[in-house]
Amino acid sequence: MKQQIIISGMGGQGILFLTRIIAGAAMEMGLEVMTSETHGMAQRGGSVISFIKAGSFHSPLIRQGRGNAGLFLHSRNLEVHQGLLKPDADFFVNSSAPCRYPHIDATGLAEELGSPVLANLILLGYALKQGLFCSREAVKNSIKNLSREQFVEANLAALERGVK
Amino acid sequence: MKMDNNKKLLMGNEAMGRGLVEAGCTLVSAYPGTPSSEILGAVVASRNAAPAGIHLEWSINEKVAFETALAHSYTGKRAAVIMKQVGLNVAADPFTRSTYLGVKGGFVVVAADDPGPHSSQTEQDTRLFAMFAKAPVFDPSSPAEAREMVAQAFELSEKYELPVILRPTTRICHSRQLISSREPIKLERQADFEKNPGRWVATPAFLTGLHHDLNKKLAAISAEEGLEPVMAIAGHEPDYDHPCLIASGMAFANVFDLLEELDMLDKVDLYQVKIPFPLNKKFCHKIRENYSKILILEETDSVMEMQLAAHHAHGRLSAHVPGQGELTPDIIYAILLDFFALSRPEAETGAPPARGRRPSLCPGCPHRASFFAIKKTFPKGIFPSDIGCYTLGMNLGAVDTCHCMGACISQGAGFYHSYAHDGDDYPSIVVTIGDSTFFHAGIPALINAVIQKARIIVTILDNSTTAMTGQQPTPENGILADGSPGNRVFISDIVKACGVGFLREGDPYDLETFSGLLKEADNFSRTEGGVAVIIARHPCLMDKRNPTKHKRVVMTISSDCVGCGICVNQFECPAIMFDEDEKKASIDHTLCVDCGVCEQVCPTGSISKKEGGK
Repeated sequence: MKQQIIISGMGGQGILFLTRIIAGAAMEMGLEVMTSETHGMAQRGGSVISFIKAGSFHSPLIRQGRGNAGLFLHSRNLEVHQGLLKPDADFFVNSSAPCRYPHIDATGLAEELGSPVLANLILLGYALKQGLFCSREAVKNSIKNLSREQFVEANLAALERGVK
Repeated sequence: MKMDNNKKLLMGNEAMGRGLVEAGCTLVSAYPGTPSSEILGAVVASRNAAPAGIHLEWSINEKVAFETALAHSYTGKRAAVIMKQVGLNVAADPFTRSTYLGVKGGFVVVAADDPGPHSSQTEQDTRLFAMFAKAPVFDPSSPAEAREMVAQAFELSEKYELPVILRPTTRICHSRQLISSREPIKLERQADFEKNPGRWVATPAFLTGLHHDLNKKLAAISAEEGLEPVMAIAGHEPDYDHPCLIASGMAFANVFDLLEELDMLDKVDLYQVKIPFPLNKKFCHKIRENYSKILILEETDSVMEMQLAAHHAHGRLSAHVPGQGELTPDIIYAILLDFFALSRPEAETGAPPARGRRPSLCPGCPHRASFFAIKKTFPKGIFPSDIGCYTLGMNLGAVDTCHCMGACISQGAGFYHSYAHDGDDYPSIVVTIGDSTFFHAGIPALINAVIQKARIIVTILDNSTTAMTGQQPTPENGILADGSPGNRVFISDIVKACGVGFLREGDPYDLETFSGLLKEADNFSRTEGGVAVIIARHPCLMDKRNPTKHKRVVMTISSDCVGCGICVNQFECPAIMFDEDEKKASIDHTLCVDCGVCEQVCPTGSISKKEGGK
């Protein structure tokens, strides 16, 4: 299997963590995996993007129009990054307003859970339900492996909230 | 199926850090800079695996880091120095001479390039700099390869007694790949500096001879059998009727995937070059003489293309490859279509990426308060600034120049001398420089400005950390790279010792008092004549070590808001939203950190402390 996934959002929304969780899940499933991240000044609230390529690849970068799926933590980034995805790609968007792609108000639900930073994992849960390539079991294991101990339960709960 | 449990998803920087420990390196010095910053942290994380222990340091700048590591190598031990590409400009002096004099223990310079650039003031090619200084350079195409090359670079360095460069690019540094760790090698070397004045002192009389030896070493490396670039696909034999593609670094990884996508891997001869300088002589000859169709892909300049000197080759010099910028998959794809004379499939006319939201200073960032006060106090001032998070003060109109580390103070002085030349009615010149940048290259500039009687205000933005690159300690923290206590050096002591006649310290969160200090400084500078320094002290809110958590002041915006937009446009706080229809501002409490500074910004008093707030 080959999968090219983009994670798009604003600096500070937990894009890097989400990238590692999905890459970790791909590992759990026995796939080769590469990621590419944004560091430095762009992390100060600007638009950021991560790539995940699962399967046999040499480069972690994704060419325009080749992505299989995109998780958008900020709907404003749709116009910035949607061109990276194939026309028939799966979109998963965090948005409280109506949107032409499958969406969920992950930020609103995260606030209900008492922590706005959990929107990333809620969106991931939603993407899993809608058919993102990795298995729920693999994602859960990845969350357990990569979360700090005191946050494991809250992170798993956020994932479940998104799946629901 | 389960992967090898020993394999971890390591970032390129972590892989190189791990590689340094595994290669038996016993000193690693660095100055942080994107994209190289996480390498030293990775060495710190795996230092306990090193049998001989490692001296680790965040040096004050790249020149100092380079020289410290170089002397370590003189004693026969393995050393490495890490920096971003422009850091090598700062270390250019020791670097260019180090190839003449050579080294003893393996000496590896990790200089991370930033084609694009994503987070740098130039996109210069360190491989070209290596060619200028005559140092061999490795160009990795993946995190795993970067880790392998650390060990190879040490071996090459010891074999020829030369400094060797490892040049990853941003995409290598910040990519992750599955990598398994290995046991570090045991070298058991004792420090043994063998005196040899003709070499280590090398007065001009010795240098032509040393230069001759250096040329001989490079000729030997470029003739080494084992270092000749090979076909990228094992088992492929050259077919001189094929188009020939030569690539190094990330461009190789990208072109490999694209050729696979185009189903052309079998129809071309693809070579990966791992050592772009000095390029293997036999390889150059073979390519030049045998292939009629050649494409060279390299970042970010024409290092291989110049050495290959195949005048029929397509590359940056022939303008078949853009002369600037990153070789992204999209750029290479267009180059390949052109090279193979293929037409672009109709379906592939997707919209090019739009510009995303610009970065801004974090909510509650003390720099925002400093910049707001500076801009408000001196509406007609000139504001030279410098490199760090605070370059984002340009969003508030309080940063007019940014050049290179420490330049703001000298540029401020230069502005003053230019305006003063025309008369006494010069604009107030308010320089902003971060604490780490001040230590790095600001001190000589400050002494010079004092000597030359420049009438400028230097505001040192002291957030007690190196924030932009991930919270590395500054000399004032007194914390060493491994977290252990070191000695502290205070900014205020240095400022006084530089001969500055006016020094005040203040918390920019208190806008009124801080603005008063700025006026006082301006008055001193104009009447007494000279440099006035203000240290704007407030810790970075992102710093986990931050000892003084600020008092939380929950703010609210009342219906009295007249929609003047000052809090949004001039204060530029990301936590304040503006409703264009209602013409009113509101606070986004998920982003707001309750710093309370905006209360002093609102001219109508509509922003106030929330009743019953925390």
